[in-house]
Amino acid sequence: MASPLLSASTLHKTYGSGPGAFEALRGLDLDIAEGESVAITGKSGSGKSTLMHLLALLDRPTSGTITLDGTDTARLSARQLNRTRNSTFGFVFQQFFLNAQASVLDNVTLPLKIAGVPRRERTSRGLAALAQLELDDKADNRANDLSGGQKQRVVIARALINRPRVIFADEPTGNLDTATGGVVEDILFDLNRSQGISLVVVTHDDDLAARCDRSVQMRDGLIAAHEGVAA
Amino acid sequence: MKAVDVVATAFRNAFRSRLRTSLTVLAIFIGAFTLSLTNGLGTGINRYIDDTVASVGVDDVLTVTVTDDAFPTEGPAEYDPDQIEADGPPGATTTALTDDDLETVAGVDGVLAVEPVKAITTDYVQYDGGDRYQLGVAQFVPGMRAELASGRQVDLDAPGPELVLPEGHVEPLGLGTPVDAVGRTVVLAVTDGTGTQVTTEATVVGVAEPGVLSMGGAIPNDALAGTLYDLQTTGAPAAQAARYASASVTFDASAGPEAQQALVDRLADAGYTASTLEDQLGTLTSVIDAIVLVLNGFAVIALVAAGIGIVNTLFMAVQERTREVGLMKAMGLSSTRVFSLFSIEAVVIGLVGSALGVLAAIGVGQVVGGISGNLLPDLPGLTLIAFEPVTVAVVVLGVMGIAFLAGTLPALRAARQDPISSLRYE
Ligand SMILES: Nc1ncnc2c1ncn2[C@@H]1O[C@H](COP(=O)(O)OP(=O)(O)OP(=O)(O)O)[C@@H](O)[C@H]1O
Ligand SMILES: [Mg+2]
Repeated sequence: MASPLLSASTLHKTYGSGPGAFEALRGLDLDIAEGESVAITGKSGSGKSTLMHLLALLDRPTSGTITLDGTDTARLSARQLNRTRNSTFGFVFQQFFLNAQASVLDNVTLPLKIAGVPRRERTSRGLAALAQLELDDKADNRANDLSGGQKQRVVIARALINRPRVIFADEPTGNLDTATGGVVEDILFDLNRSQGISLVVVTHDDDLAARCDRSVQMRDGLIAAHEGVAA
Repeated sequence: MKAVDVVATAFRNAFRSRLRTSLTVLAIFIGAFTLSLTNGLGTGINRYIDDTVASVGVDDVLTVTVTDDAFPTEGPAEYDPDQIEADGPPGATTTALTDDDLETVAGVDGVLAVEPVKAITTDYVQYDGGDRYQLGVAQFVPGMRAELASGRQVDLDAPGPELVLPEGHVEPLGLGTPVDAVGRTVVLAVTDGTGTQVTTEATVVGVAEPGVLSMGGAIPNDALAGTLYDLQTTGAPAAQAARYASASVTFDASAGPEAQQALVDRLADAGYTASTLEDQLGTLTSVIDAIVLVLNGFAVIALVAAGIGIVNTLFMAVQERTREVGLMKAMGLSSTRVFSLFSIEAVVIGLVGSALGVLAAIGVGQVVGGISGNLLPDLPGLTLIAFEPVTVAVVVLGVMGIAFLAGTLPALRAARQDPISSLRYE
């Protein structure tokens, strides 16, 4: 098997210091292959979000290493980290984190703006991404005026606009009803299958976890159980 | 993020909370308005004084008088047979310059030429047998130029008598319009040393607009001034004729201020007081500068208060946009860019406030200018509130600078925000 896209080994993450310190991750190992979908499940407070943030290079582990394409990410400069997050990763959160006053199009093209893509190209790519999610007629609406399901589709459009290799999703359907959540799931798995984008999904939802190639269950900062195709 | 996008985004962000931004802009506006107005006042008055110097147009001439050592600090002054009436309150006297003095002054190193100032008092001026009017003769300094309504300046070296007439005299004398007056010959009368009235003729070569210089009266050329002075002193004792209140010394102005100061010092050693017209007006200018400085101080205090308003506004904005900033950082926006986003937003607020303030001050300046023309008719050419592009630019840039400084604290906080805790922020 080829070297994994993302690989975490003996990850430790401690919040705080001294007597109030809390060890959220306690020496965890996990590999994620290119194009694979992985669900991270577990009780609340077990460290799922913490793990996802470390994998997404939003935070640095207290100890242990994370490699991306075989490169130790601890050695990347702040600039390289920013560029990696911008162009290699896409983010979908439970809270949508949309700029309520800005237009749908502006929200979707934010990663391109950050990357320094010229305005004209931003607009055309933004419209294409919205068309993919059947939202192109909403491009000029304020983000605030959309329904919950539409908002989450806008977030997905934003996550995929920079053609990422991995989409990190933290409870992507947590704020949606079952039907709408199902639509959003379909979109994510469709992207995974058709474009080979890896999915890392944190979820409480067993059905969603079951749809992934693989699911890992966390308990107290460690992986308690693997399900599906073992890595 | 591209710089142009950073600026555009900062611009848009500044007006996201419209009321809050407007109030901060208002505070800046008040400060910038006041500062521009006080500056404008100083500029207007100082420019008037400068224009007066420029309209005289002489910077290579020193006015020299005898230093009055005998001037008492206490008690009555001793009588000096050489003292003559001087400009100023009645009874003020000054020690006269004699021909000996003129020679001494001419001998001082650096003096190119010395010319006694001949005080001329005419009795009247008359045109073509018409009504007779009193006419003053301006203290003549070589090289001085009047603002002309028509005609030209007097030709210093012309052999014939020439003069520039104040505009106010043209109509009453029956000369018609200022243009008509040019080329006409008028009659001037003086009383000579024996008490007899004698007349001479002179050609009007120009008409002077009302101004500081022409308030002194007509401007003669050398030939006319000489003729009038000779007529006036005919029959007077010789000693009387060769006594002058002051003399004009020409020097090389291009040698720089140090050389000029050295010359003044040498003249002082020889017992003479020398000053340029600028020196005489300089005291006034520095008083005005001091007043403007104090007024500016108050305006700057207002601006500093407004700057604290910016700090406040931006802290609120950073607070409000915690998640947005966190998200953008998660998506790869660098801390430097976050810092620029917020500090440029502060600068935008400063720019809008100061630009509006300056514009309003210029508008008020125009209105006041119109009114002050009517209120102060004795000071023709005075623009009470004037604006120099440089000062205006300095005010706007200065306010933007203050705004930038005010923005650094909130912008630093935003730049240091940790993306994860921002995303967890409820
Ligand atoms: N910044 C922090 N400072 C201190 N403790 C933290 C911090 N962030 C997370 N924790 C703690 O680390 C543990 C793991 O948190 P994490 O958010 O990863 O849990 P989770 O598995 O995602 O839970 P949930 O399903 O409720 O989202 C929790 O006990 C939490 O209180
Ligand atoms: Mg979580």
